[in-house]
Amino acid sequence: MRGGVSVRYGVLVLLAVMVLVPFAGIVLAALHPSGAQLDGLSIPDRWSWETFALAWERGNFTNLMRSSVLIAVFVVPLAVAMATLAGYGLAILKVWGHRTLSFGFVMGLTLPIEVIVVALYFNLREVGLTNSYLGVILAEAALFMPFGVYWMQTHFSNVPDELVEAARIDGARDLVVLVRVLLPISWPAVTTLSVLYFMWSWNQFMLVLVMMQDPDRRTAPSGLGLFVGQYTTDIPLLAAACLIVIAPIVVVYLVFQRSFVSGITQGAIKG
Amino acid sequence: MARDLSPAVSPPRAAQARGGGRVTDGPAPPPRRPGRRARGWLYVLPAVAVYLGFAIWPALNTLRLSLLTWDGILPAEWAGLSNYVKIFRDSQLYEAILHSLALIIFFSVIPIGVGLLMTALLMGKVRRGMTFFRIVFFLPQVLPLVAVGITWRWLYSESGVVNQFLDLVGLGSITRAWLGDYGLALVALGLIGTWVMSGLCMMLFLAGAQKIDPSLYEAARLDGAGAFRQFRHVTVPGVRREITVAGVITTISALASFDLVFVTTNGGPAGQTNVPGLLVYRLAFNEGDIGGASALAVVLTVIVVAVVSAVRYFTRDDES
Repeated sequence: MRGGVSVRYGVLVLLAVMVLVPFAGIVLAALHPSGAQLDGLSIPDRWSWETFALAWERGNFTNLMRSSVLIAVFVVPLAVAMATLAGYGLAILKVWGHRTLSFGFVMGLTLPIEVIVVALYFNLREVGLTNSYLGVILAEAALFMPFGVYWMQTHFSNVPDELVEAARIDGARDLVVLVRVLLPISWPAVTTLSVLYFMWSWNQFMLVLVMMQDPDRRTAPSGLGLFVGQYTTDIPLLAAACLIVIAPIVVVYLVFQRSFVSGITQGAIKG
Repeated sequence: MARDLSPAVSPPRAAQARGGGRVTDGPAPPPRRPGRRARGWLYVLPAVAVYLGFAIWPALNTLRLSLLTWDGILPAEWAGLSNYVKIFRDSQLYEAILHSLALIIFFSVIPIGVGLLMTALLMGKVRRGMTFFRIVFFLPQVLPLVAVGITWRWLYSESGVVNQFLDLVGLGSITRAWLGDYGLALVALGLIGTWVMSGLCMMLFLAGAQKIDPSLYEAARLDGAGAFRQFRHVTVPGVRREITVAGVITTISALASFDLVFVTTNGGPAGQTNVPGLLVYRLAFNEGDIGGASALAVVLTVIVVAVVSAVRYFTRDDES
């Protein structure tokens, strides 16, 4: 038995090492001075934090971060609110056509972004919404909508009928039922959805790459994608830029890891 | 629907709707219920409007654009199905589709296997450190794929960690710039997908495994089943639904992959890692062939729907 346990831990540690070595690699690489030639994993002679400052400056990260935060700050509440209202309408109010609508949203989970992005660019160009935060915010909200509606609808249909019915007998209108009865017991579901939306918004790449031609309005990952092309050989600089982009999402992950888990395990997809 | 409440207070909705006229300003509850299903549309409307306007409408437009010859500027010409014919004649486009199908092995099949292994290792009586391993294994899934791609590009490089490791274990003879290798670039790319997706699969399976009735393990143990056979005959069947979900999610990400390829190989060497997502982007926004890009996007969507349906069909079939 003792042998079995140590084999188990041995394999687990091995797998963890395989996951973590790339991180160790880029952290070590980022601590080298910019432009240094690296051979695999190597400890820098002198830790140089200025590589981060240089990457921040060269990568235009003040603007990229501002755009990323701005987009996420609007997308998350907007999309969560719309998904919550729709989930309520479909699950509790059972609006006319709710089955068809639910099916339509679920089908949307399989639509790849490639089939949307080409025409979306030209449609939004006509109305002046390319290169605009509003365009990206609405497009992301639309992309995330199928999962959000599915998520909130599933959550609301698991609420006992008696709870809603009792509130109605007390004379509560639809909106009051949602705000006073359902929302207070739905914070875990709403938090989870918000966390997932934040992650998808932060990590979104193709959409922003296409919609935002203006380098100052790109988000951190899309800016990073183009940064690579300019500094292919400067590994420390690229590593520092990578760490700058992943730091916020890693912090959010570690703080909210339970919400990530419950969201993903209910069938989330990576946007 | 309010089974425990007195029917006089809360009659079935259907009856209410039919006799809508009868319900006037009676005693307060229930207030104007026939209108609820109609007014409820106000709640659904914002989501439907944004979804239709910014996802479904563009998707339908892509379908229309796929039938045109258009460079994005000059007036478009009707092209009929010629864009589609081109996809199956142009070896680059055709091969891109095959590459994305091959990526399913690395993004989906292997991660499901690794995910099951992780699940087996993380389950059971010994709990020390399991949360730590779970958090670590899932970490790659939350990172932007662009950053993942840049990191791996460096790991795979000639003087990178992968080659350093191979040298260390005496396999120095096979070292190379992996993402630049004509025959192995797609495999190297796929293994990045394995690194990203395994944790996702594990997380799904762990959640599924928690719902398995512990008495099943008890019974298996009494029948003399060891750890491996318990896993094989209790855990795996118990998480069959989660395996389907994992299969669907990872398959979509394999077929629709873009971010990773864009930053690691950009399709190279010599088109060996071209995938449809990359070519859709390139055709539309570098080469000005909107019709071709749209047709390829439509073909990709059809393949995604077909493969996802197949995954669901086969796993469901096994269950019954």
